[in-house]
Amino acid sequence: MPDLAPPPAVTSPGADGRFGRFGGRMMPEALMAALDELTVAWLDAMQDPAFTAEFERMLRDYAGVPSLLYDATRLSERAGARILLKREDLNHTGAHKIRNVLGQALLTKRMGKHRVIAETGAGQHGVAAATAAAYLGLDCVVYMGEVDTERQALNVARMHLLGAEVVAVRSGSRTLKDAINEAIRDWVSSVDHTAYLFGTAAGPHPFPSMVRDFCRGIGDEARAQCLQLTGALPDSAVACVGGGSNAIGLFAGFVDDESVQLVGCEAAGDGVDTMRHAATIYARQFGVLHGARTFVLQDEDGQTKESHSISAGLDYPGVGPEHAYLAESGRASYRPITDAQAMDAFSLLARVEGIIPAIESAHAVAGALEIAAEQPGSTILVNLSGRGDKDMGTAIEWFGLGATEPDDDAGEPAGPPGEGSGNNAPGEPQE
Amino acid sequence: MSDRPSTSSAFATARAEGRAALVGYLPAGFPDLEGAVQAMRAMVAAGCDVIEVGLPYSDPVMDGPTIQAAAQQALEAGTRTADVIRTVEAVAATGVPTVVMTYWNPVERYGVDRFARDLANAGGAGLITPDLVPDEAEAWVGAADEHHLDKIFLVAPSSTHERLAMTTACCRGFVYATAVMGVTGARESSSDLAGPLVARVRAVTDLPVGVGLGVSNGDQAAGVASFADGVIVGSAFVRRLLDAGADRAGGLASLERLTAELAEGVRRG
Repeated sequence: MPDLAPPPAVTSPGADGRFGRFGGRMMPEALMAALDELTVAWLDAMQDPAFTAEFERMLRDYAGVPSLLYDATRLSERAGARILLKREDLNHTGAHKIRNVLGQALLTKRMGKHRVIAETGAGQHGVAAATAAAYLGLDCVVYMGEVDTERQALNVARMHLLGAEVVAVRSGSRTLKDAINEAIRDWVSSVDHTAYLFGTAAGPHPFPSMVRDFCRGIGDEARAQCLQLTGALPDSAVACVGGGSNAIGLFAGFVDDESVQLVGCEAAGDGVDTMRHAATIYARQFGVLHGARTFVLQDEDGQTKESHSISAGLDYPGVGPEHAYLAESGRASYRPITDAQAMDAFSLLARVEGIIPAIESAHAVAGALEIAAEQPGSTILVNLSGRGDKDMGTAIEWFGLGATEPDDDAGEPAGPPGEGSGNNAPGEPQE
Repeated sequence: MSDRPSTSSAFATARAEGRAALVGYLPAGFPDLEGAVQAMRAMVAAGCDVIEVGLPYSDPVMDGPTIQAAAQQALEAGTRTADVIRTVEAVAATGVPTVVMTYWNPVERYGVDRFARDLANAGGAGLITPDLVPDEAEAWVGAADEHHLDKIFLVAPSSTHERLAMTTACCRGFVYATAVMGVTGARESSSDLAGPLVARVRAVTDLPVGVGLGVSNGDQAAGVASFADGVIVGSAFVRRLLDAGADRAGGLASLERLTAELAEGVRRG
């Protein structure tokens, strides 16, 4: 029988780093001493007012935090519910990820290490890590799947400009999960002088908890801002979930507020009834990936399956163990959002609010539109985790935007969003 | 299953002969299912005392490019977990202790108890678990104990004294000492971390200690054999088969030559 008692709040896992049956350290012995050292250093730093004050100073003076909470009245009018946007897209480097990398890079310096490594999919975490490394004077190597280096050449250039070395990973599927594998291989060889700036709230203990705590300002700020703006807590707090760092950062601020529904939006790609999706929690297959017991997209032999999403940041076959725990305990719910739903929301937000979100964040906006239809009149707080500049290539392809070069073979001129794309034109009434 | 050979007996035999044991690794399904069995049998015939059958996995974080390439080839050819068990059965039939080296998720997915039972029934001696430390191994330790399988956990140069004591206390068969801080793959010079690690392991356990990562020739094997109970070789064998390509007979002959060279090395050390 389900336990009807409220689950523990976002947990402070025990020394073993477990969230119920999820989490732990499924890693080679060679890294155990380093993970222990990191855990001790992190817990020690978080108790040190000098460390937390410096972290807060960097966030405020360098990263533009706290981000605004924006009352999206025109979107709200269309949706039939009050939608508030936590504007993490306005942070330095354009996403919530700067919070995590500044925290981890500052901790690296405190531990006396001089080199950081990071994995990246679309390049956002890689750019953030390279930024933090430049700011704090650390050497930086970023592992990126070869397929992604080709798709995201602009971000590769950004990382180069910031002084980072970018390694194109040619093993496996040559995407994010293989970049993580390669970063782990580097770390096994370099752990005495190198810190691994893990990009999401997944991986072995202490990363899921540490990344959550570096990102929890999202939720703590949003809670205070919402109370100030509306005089009440929101009815729901919504965020997209790939590995889950922005969502766990948001949820951390509200998990003790039982009245607030926590909703994660997973990437359903072409649809959860197809093979091409990244909805790990929806699929509910227990397993091990990248150092944690969690839900993993896998075949019947336990081989990791390739995920699919139009959004590179959500295109990951695992999920942070605390999300798996929150899903299983029922404290948070997770819903799949397809590529088409996300791109409709992407376009709608641009048209009605003048905000181009990251496609990752557009999944959360799409989730909020669903919730608004289910719970009209409610207050829905959405974490707009990043901005969409990086996604314009995808948008051009999806909507057929911006083709200006003459092409005698093209037949038709490029039209506005929606035309010929099989999607609702953004200016038309939405269901 | 008392007739099932254990790895500790192979180490004891080698020790009685005044030498180190030679442990050889190949992934199942590489270059194909039958080719892997032939190759492992050839390694037995030429002097391997223990065979490690690798379970090809999609995300092998402890492996360098050579073993990654072989595992990927095996997976692309459709190698299944059940094929790995069948490979163990065919190799164990030679009488040489045969263990599986596997990342943990495939075992979890197959079912820990079911895997242990099927491995034991196939004549397998146990498991080497590169990404499963004893702290996370409650289910496996129970299943291994029930089916009398060897539990071979890894220790590393970075392991603290406390972790060495805890890990070796959970091992049965032998202790797998990783000679370097790094992933699998041949290295030109031998590690100066391996000797001190073996000495630290000996201070906390009487189990035999095998040293792996980086050994690729007879001289390196002799060097490791001078301070360890076993020499573990993987990537160098895989490299011979990768280099031979479609020339199966040539690949087998190359494997046999390398095995003989390494077997000579472990007797020199």
